Amino acid sequence: MVTTALEEELLALAGSVPDPELPVITLAELGVLRGLRVRGIGKVDVELTPTYTGCPAIETMTADIEQVLRERGMAEVSVRTVLSPAWSTDDISAEGRRKLAEFGIAPPRPHSVDGPGTGGPIPLTLSVRCPHCGSTDTELLSRFSSTACKALRRCVSCREPFDHFKEL
Amino acid sequence: MSTPLTPTAPTATATALALGDDALVLSHRLGEWAGHAPVLEEEVALANIALDLLGQARVLLSLAGDEDELAYLREERAFRNLQLVEQPNGDFARTIARQLYFSTYQNLLYGQLASGDGTFAPLAAKAVKEVAYHQDHAEQWTLRLGDGTAESHERMQRGLDALWRFTGEMFQPVGGLDGADGTGGVVWPALRESWTASVSAVIEKATLTVPTGPQEGAWAAGAGRQGLHTESFGRMLAEMQHLHRSHPGASW
Repeated sequence: MVTTALEEELLALAGSVPDPELPVITLAELGVLRGLRVRGIGKVDVELTPTYTGCPAIETMTADIEQVLRERGMAEVSVRTVLSPAWSTDDISAEGRRKLAEFGIAPPRPHSVDGPGTGGPIPLTLSVRCPHCGSTDTELLSRFSSTACKALRRCVSCREPFDHFKEL
Repeated sequence: MSTPLTPTAPTATATALALGDDALVLSHRLGEWAGHAPVLEEEVALANIALDLLGQARVLLSLAGDEDELAYLREERAFRNLQLVEQPNGDFARTIARQLYFSTYQNLLYGQLASGDGTFAPLAAKAVKEVAYHQDHAEQWTLRLGDGTAESHERMQRGLDALWRFTGEMFQPVGGLDGADGTGGVVWPALRESWTASVSAVIEKATLTVPTGPQEGAWAAGAGRQGLHTESFGRMLAEMQHLHRSHPGASW
């Protein structure tokens, strides 16, 4: 994928762009950057994958990547959206998960857990940890929260509501 | 005005229109709940499901042509969506019945498409994971309403009964998905069997009765796929297309 020092530098730069909706994590930590290729002097192609098919943030991500790469002197930046292989919450890095929890969003569980979207047979497996007090005694309020990628939960111990980045 | 696409052969374009129009039209119907849902959480949930469907629609319609032209400038008869998805929202229970029927179908259909390597496999593999949440949402609400109060039980049953006759159309094979190109096709009778088993199990668990009426209307099944729609669809389209038609090229 990345072969030259310039491509490595540009990928790191594109990867440092914060997620428009969850600015605590970067696109690299979110795992949505699929590839980068320099096609010639000042020309670069970037492959980006959406978290959700209808995620409206993809347009802002594209614009932000174009901007940082242009500022680095790349005159012609082409950001292409790719669907396959489908993004999974397993693509979020360990550092990304840590930052989400610190920000008050329970990170997604790894895919060995059963649930909708994971191919598992049981619709709800409750062991999402409260990002505020750490209790595992939490309950689902709604499958869909402020964005499609999050569910709304409440901690039974500290009574605080919180977002959970649901497994995809 | 653009030339409406009226595909005659089961090409990838016609297939993309059928699947894309299902997603687009249901997305718009769910969007109509904005400002009207019974509780804030449901308002957000229905809007998020609508957004997922709109994302699918954009990918699919882009495979067929210009997404905006296809969404905003086609006449009613050029739309290829199922009649089920264009049915008015009704009360919340009826919307949930529509969600249960359609999300179960879409989950099974995309699941089959995702396991092949045809044109639609990448989108299906992506969207099937989202649709699993739509189905879970519909099932949980069916259980809650069916096994709830006498009033919610009755309304849920009424919703299931009213929409049952539109479910037969879902199993009319969509051209281009039969795997004739050797990419692994949809097995429609198996899809129907799985759908019936899945939906029946949820309905029975919710202490409701699986409707027994015909699964087709008085007209030929598959009419939506041929561009024949029910009365309310024209009004829905008028609202959906009004802004774009009144102000061509308008942008935010």
